[in-house]
Amino acid sequence: MIKKGSGSVMYPVTNGTPRPLVITSGRLIDPTLGIDGTRTIILDNGVVKSITDSPYSLGIDDADVIDASGLWVTPGLVDMHVHLREPGREDKETIATGTQAAAAGGFTAVACMPNTNPVLDEDSKIRYVVQRGESCPCRIYPIGAITKALEGEELAPVGEMVASGAVAVSDDGKPVAKANVMRNALNYSKSFGIPVICHSEEPSLSAKGHMNEGLVSTRLGVRGIPVIAEDIAVSRDILLAEYTGARIHIAHVSTAGSVRLVREAKRRGVKVTAESCPHYFTLTDEDIGLYDTNKKMNPPLRTAADREAVIAGLADGTIDAIASDHAPHVPEEKDVEFDNAAFGVIGMETSLGLVLTVLVRKGILTPMQMVERMSAAPNRILGLAGGSLKAGSPADVTVINPNVKWTVDPAAFFSKARNSAFIGMELTGAAAVTILGGRVVYRRD
Amino acid sequence: MKKLRIQHLLGLEGVSREDIGLILDTADGFHGILQRDIKVVPTLRGKTVVNLFYESSTRTRISFELAEKRLSASPLNFSASTSSVNKGESLRDTIQNIEAMKIDMVVARHGCAGAPYFLTQCTDAVIVNAGDGLHEHPTQALLDMMTIRRKLGRLEGLKVAIIGDIFHSRVARSNAWGMKTMGMNVTLCGPPTLLPQHVDSLGVPVTDNFDEALDGADVVMLLRVQLERQSSAVFPSVHEYRERYGFDLERLSRMKKDVVIMHPGPINRGVELASNVADSENSVILDQVTNGVAVRMAVLYLLGGGE
Repeated sequence: MIKKGSGSVMYPVTNGTPRPLVITSGRLIDPTLGIDGTRTIILDNGVVKSITDSPYSLGIDDADVIDASGLWVTPGLVDMHVHLREPGREDKETIATGTQAAAAGGFTAVACMPNTNPVLDEDSKIRYVVQRGESCPCRIYPIGAITKALEGEELAPVGEMVASGAVAVSDDGKPVAKANVMRNALNYSKSFGIPVICHSEEPSLSAKGHMNEGLVSTRLGVRGIPVIAEDIAVSRDILLAEYTGARIHIAHVSTAGSVRLVREAKRRGVKVTAESCPHYFTLTDEDIGLYDTNKKMNPPLRTAADREAVIAGLADGTIDAIASDHAPHVPEEKDVEFDNAAFGVIGMETSLGLVLTVLVRKGILTPMQMVERMSAAPNRILGLAGGSLKAGSPADVTVINPNVKWTVDPAAFFSKARNSAFIGMELTGAAAVTILGGRVVYRRD
Repeated sequence: MKKLRIQHLLGLEGVSREDIGLILDTADGFHGILQRDIKVVPTLRGKTVVNLFYESSTRTRISFELAEKRLSASPLNFSASTSSVNKGESLRDTIQNIEAMKIDMVVARHGCAGAPYFLTQCTDAVIVNAGDGLHEHPTQALLDMMTIRRKLGRLEGLKVAIIGDIFHSRVARSNAWGMKTMGMNVTLCGPPTLLPQHVDSLGVPVTDNFDEALDGADVVMLLRVQLERQSSAVFPSVHEYRERYGFDLERLSRMKKDVVIMHPGPINRGVELASNVADSENSVILDQVTNGVAVRMAVLYLLGGGE
């Protein structure tokens, strides 16, 4: 058992069948069932047994009971875009610490990107991650590389990786620069029913850039990454998906242009889905202030107009999912000149609080839409078994306290890393209990 | 003694008119001292100034070093290539090691924008920016304004055209901020490929039309064109650049009689500036170099708390 500040407790994941668990009197929110109302849910034998209107757990003896009065009860949240750094950079994060951070953030499943060392570009490496994820407080779904060693040239063995547990392929962190390689990857992946997750970036336009190209970069004298570096690549990837009939998912949408392109493509019937991240709907390039390296990531923080467009895309469903793009780094990679600082911010432990504070409390997303973006949609996109509380589903449940006020404090993170863009920010709402397979793995008083 | 409101000189953005005026007035005083036989004053005796140069520089480093010696400070020179954390020591470790040897001021040039600000977060020493990335080069802009004021007797209301590679120029940025603060009308001009996409953020007009920029100008400042930029498809040829943006006698003849011609150096003679203009009566290019020492003495003196 690990305790952190403000009464957070991480429980060890033990073997054996957990006792039945009854969550009573909570506001149950599940878009797949169309339920938003007070219900009691009974979890037993690792799956959802039933949902009832009655306030007490009739018919189950010897059960643990969680009184969820005043709390929300949702299908387990899924973060479909994280970097766990294992294997290779266990000094930044490990599968153990990363999954604890996920559980503390209310996530019962994460999909991890393959830009580790070595790159997850073979079935044996996928199996390694799957095995390391056993007995962790959160399910891990590895994403395999599109190309061997992320070099953008030869396809990685998609079929073998999928057979070993990969749920998607992506060269995330790097674009697939050659259009013909991407075309082949899309065509080939069609056989396996998985999405190709696109890190859409035109490298000849973004090279040498360290922040959004705009008024702020001009003033700070920092070389810029223009929005068209993203827009052109998103446009290319959408056109390739349309041409091949393959399914793509656009990662970390940050520009107004990308939102518009995805919206138009969906209208045309292209099989495209998209995600954005809390930093893109919360911050802008102005927040970099005097070269704050904790606000440096790729794609970069954009302008207020882009932020508004991302918010509008989340509201109308153009952007299907919210993911953190959790990218841990060691302090010495951030405590340097802005140009020399590593790209990336952590986010699993702040994602839910930001969604609740910035989107739900302000009426941009209903609680139901929030659950759709953070659970149902990522489960559907990746073809996972979770995302619903219907009877027989895995007993992965997130209990949310929508009213708890807290301040983002790196000392309280379960993640090894401290490179949050939100340090000191006051948030309202957090995970109260995270339940994996019917077992409480995390609780916050 | 009058004091500056700023504690470090990181840039001219946000520096008040009073502070700039005080630096220029003080520099005028040092200019007088530099005309004497004995050019050394004891004002910074016992102070150690580190010249921390992560980018090669000849004239700026020499100018600072002379300024330090003429104020009786002890200069210490440190040169290194701009390195990332993966190669060599971090900037924080470097400056904290130097600080451990008890130093008072740091003059920093660095290829990364914001490195001088970063240094203020690592050390208690006074930081003077000697050029950071594409960001600012404040002492250059101060010596430019000092030179103009000594030549034309005022700054307020003067029209200045800054011509050339604006995108890569920290000199243009510092001048745009400082000159605007001093009530001057600055126009930035260059081929569109060498202008920032969002140049509005500097708060001064921008044009690619050379003649429009020159119209009515009291001061014309030519910037050095990096000839190797041809290879990155930024402009097609030296010949075409000279035709479109080179300042020659014919263009000089259309200007006010007492127009001031400036260049931060080093000059590509015959590219951005014709030789006979660079050496003409209107040119103050060597005055800029002389005044550079006086301005840097003033900055070090005012920030270093000299007596």
